[in-house]
Amino acid sequence: MKNRSLVSINDYSKEEYLKILELAAEFEENPNQDLLKGAVVASLFFEPSTRTRLSFETAISRLGGRVVGFTDSSSSSVTKGETLKDTIKMVSNYTDLIVMRHPLEGSAKYASEISSVPIINAGDGANQHPTQTLLDLYSIQKTQNSLEDINLFLVGDLKYGRTVHSLLMAMSKFRTTFNFVSPQELQMPTEYKIYLDNLGLKYFEHRDFENIIPHADIVYMTRVQKERFSDPIEYEKTKNAYILNAEMLEGTRDNMRILHPLPRVNEISIDVDEHEKAYYFTQARNGVFTRQAIISSVLGLK
Amino acid sequence: MNDKRHLEVSAIKNGTVIDHIPSESLFKVISILALDKVESQITFGNNLESKRMGSKAIIKIANVFFRNDDINRIALVAPEAKLNIIRDYAVVDKMIVEVPEQISGIARCVNPKCITNNENIVTRFTVVKKDSVSLKCHYCERITDQEHMDII
Repeated sequence: MKNRSLVSINDYSKEEYLKILELAAEFEENPNQDLLKGAVVASLFFEPSTRTRLSFETAISRLGGRVVGFTDSSSSSVTKGETLKDTIKMVSNYTDLIVMRHPLEGSAKYASEISSVPIINAGDGANQHPTQTLLDLYSIQKTQNSLEDINLFLVGDLKYGRTVHSLLMAMSKFRTTFNFVSPQELQMPTEYKIYLDNLGLKYFEHRDFENIIPHADIVYMTRVQKERFSDPIEYEKTKNAYILNAEMLEGTRDNMRILHPLPRVNEISIDVDEHEKAYYFTQARNGVFTRQAIISSVLGLK
Repeated sequence: MNDKRHLEVSAIKNGTVIDHIPSESLFKVISILALDKVESQITFGNNLESKRMGSKAIIKIANVFFRNDDINRIALVAPEAKLNIIRDYAVVDKMIVEVPEQISGIARCVNPKCITNNENIVTRFTVVKKDSVSLKCHYCERITDQEHMDII
């Protein structure tokens, strides 16, 4: 993994995921380690993001490194028409590592081909967001004490959800049982179902969110967005059907945990927040340790 | 093969004949192989009758020979093309077009939000389906199928 960019969740093998998770646990025990002392990391956010950016910048800071960059392309020479190629070539001459989020798909892959330093993809359009998937895996492993034999429920927008597709790909390396809960219009695309069929992994599809989570180990919630519906009336009919509230948690397994990549709008009602099974804020915290692990691994420091 | 073909082939002393090009692809083939830059004699015919394809095009290029990877670049637009290599007025060899595993340039990615459609980058694809060719973009990972394929 040393000096190898992390662009897609498919860049890592199962063993490599497990190594990152192991490192993340070490960082959770001991988050302040001067591994990046003397190093400078670029944080290039061509489109704004609060959570991911702050998570990365915290990870770098706790490792003793320094951050340079921009939080929005309007505060960079992109406004002068500078190409991504020139920006990356320039920044790779200044820093030891680049973390980037960009609205265009394939941007991180391209950057990794022209940069003289490793690239960590913090999100390229609707394509990949591998560090989110790794922190999701870490959260699942931490709460379930394993990644094998998990009954994983993916709820909400399964058609356009970048995080659910990526999580599916990662969890397909383990003996996972998948349950898809979504409106008809936002169901999991066929290509992913075929992929699971070819691996011999079981999946079940549900339109109804009522009464089906008692056997779940993990319930991964995502937002159903109005813009994704071709028919606004259809949206109005279904928008409240995929909301999780505290009452629905009765009868669920003790080990069950609720995950959400955030930001959360109304799909998890606030009466769930204080419930012991609500894990989404801790999940975000896990992002710092996971990103510390990824950075250390990519730079060959651990 | 029939007499008409023998007469056409004998018209060049040394060179290559590309046959069984779909009529609508003739000019794309010329463009992909940069035949507009070739200085030796070129003859081509379009909308010729073909038992196999209904309608076809043929190109005869004097004193030019192709390597497999050059000729495979036309696989996207002329997957059934057949080549006859001519030396001293005789057919000495034949070549067929094979859809390669990777394609560089030639086609555009269907995704408007792909980096290749927004900056000056040569497209790169992995071929995912051979019969009805589908291309997976090396950068954005989206699939461009036959229906949406746009040759640059």
